[in-house]
Amino acid sequence: MSFYSNYNKNSKSIMIRKAISIIILIIFAAFTLFPIYFMIISSFADPIEAGAASYSLLPQKLTLDSYKFFFKFSPHSLRWILNSLIVATIVTLSNVIFAGMAGYAFAKIKFPGKNVLFTMFLCSMMIPYQVVQVPLYILVVNTFRISNTYASLVLPGLCGIYNIFLAKQFMSTLPYEIIESAKIEGCNQLQIFTKIIFPLSKTILAVMAILTFMDNWNTFFWPFLVTSNAAMQTIQVGLKSFRFANTTYFAPMMAGATIAALPMFILFFSLQKYFLEGVVVGAVKG
Amino acid sequence: MEIGNKKKNRIKGDYIWGYIFIAVALIIFCMFTLYPVISALIISFQKYRPLGSTWIGLDNYKGLLKDKLFVKAIKNTLVYTVFTVPVSLVISFTIAVLIFPLKKWMQTMFKAIYYLPAVASGVALSVVWLWIYDPMPEGLFNKLIGFLGISNQNWLGSSKTSMLSLLLMSWLSGHGTSIIIYIAALLGIPESYFEAADLDGATFFKKLRYIVIPLLKPTTLFLLVTGVIGSFQVFMNAYMMTGGGPNNSTTMVGLLIFNNAFVYADFGKAAAQSLVLAAIIAVISIFQFKFLGDDVTY
Repeated sequence: MSFYSNYNKNSKSIMIRKAISIIILIIFAAFTLFPIYFMIISSFADPIEAGAASYSLLPQKLTLDSYKFFFKFSPHSLRWILNSLIVATIVTLSNVIFAGMAGYAFAKIKFPGKNVLFTMFLCSMMIPYQVVQVPLYILVVNTFRISNTYASLVLPGLCGIYNIFLAKQFMSTLPYEIIESAKIEGCNQLQIFTKIIFPLSKTILAVMAILTFMDNWNTFFWPFLVTSNAAMQTIQVGLKSFRFANTTYFAPMMAGATIAALPMFILFFSLQKYFLEGVVVGAVKG
Repeated sequence: MEIGNKKKNRIKGDYIWGYIFIAVALIIFCMFTLYPVISALIISFQKYRPLGSTWIGLDNYKGLLKDKLFVKAIKNTLVYTVFTVPVSLVISFTIAVLIFPLKKWMQTMFKAIYYLPAVASGVALSVVWLWIYDPMPEGLFNKLIGFLGISNQNWLGSSKTSMLSLLLMSWLSGHGTSIIIYIAALLGIPESYFEAADLDGATFFKKLRYIVIPLLKPTTLFLLVTGVIGSFQVFMNAYMMTGGGPNNSTTMVGLLIFNNAFVYADFGKAAAQSLVLAAIIAVISIFQFKFLGDDVTY
């Protein structure tokens, strides 16, 4: 790394510099991780214990009572998690298939109006969410009358523009020759997509799937707007109702928050490579 | 000739496949993006009622100029943006430069740590932060500043410290994405540039100043523009932590639009405000590209 090299290669000063930078990184890491750490240790405290005791930085004792309390508190606690799972899974699958297909069409198939449509899609990404939220709410709740259904939770997200863009970026880099030769062998576009493009784009589609799943698992705003019935709420919305239910139930709330975060942490640590890649893919080529 | 015809047919066949492949995407787009945008424009000229809205022309927009709360919300959003986005850029750039020379496994470890809060849900973390900012003397932050001899603060409950509390929260976490993007950009700088600089006897800070910062300008611009766009739409933290209070000291435009629409059911006003917000974001983005991006090519 000659970015860091120096003329007087005094190994002692290099060591010191390295140690200092690692210490800074660790201190900042501690700040970053603190809320998560605090959430997890508090979730193991006694369920009904308000006041000073629950502020301690080290766990006083470990008990699973708060978790039990969380599931007993609302009859829908388990349902919330199930709802989140259903919504996030449907949206993810749909995005991988339909955004993948659209991305392929925009990257490799010639058809009239292609550029106009793609530009329109790109421009729409710059429109703030606030513009869309009101009419979207009126459309789903007042016109379609489908509030408190899975359809209302899932429909608006079925084919994200950003995902189309990601798929197109990647698929543009695939050589035309493979598509041409598949055509000569007598494949139609659907066969080309399923048998050649899909397998070749596995990485980008995995990145897309993971980011989409995470987004939908953590999303709060839209489910909050369209679900008033507690049985149809997702875990994020459920957590919020828990918060206002009774502010002294801190530990059970943290237990709920930990349960909500746990699947994402597991997913993150087992598929870290794709997460970290996903962050860069959109930015560097953007 | 025959071959030419066949090719023509094949391409024509492709047209149809193209439309089939984008069909679902296009339907979803028209229904849930294009239609709402057009509809927002129409609603903004109306006094919205579920059964038959009345056309009131520019009244919703005219009202905004006199609306003190809207002006305050814009001011709050501007303050929030000015104090979060540049700070986030400096922090993530510094961290990225510190991580970059480390061994591969350490790089991955720190990247994962800094990205972790993005994986957890905003609702859960904001509840934790509420507890950190507890106004009682036992509250974590109050304990911490107690050690420094500063008296008890009513963090989120006082209009003096409420905005500061939200800023502090954003400074201490949420830089993971930018750090990872900066590291990727650092990896893209050719080694030979640094070698040449070494021959000229450049110090570390000189290399930073004359090589790294100029070459990372496109990345910085990207993060700046997306950061400002995101910050102008900020909603979650104000909604969960303060509800815009106290005394509207943390009411952001995003929260105000939400309240007008879903608390006061004044859809016309909310639509007009959201379109003004979109216009402000567009103007600022163009401004940034124009003044900072003159030598950046994509």
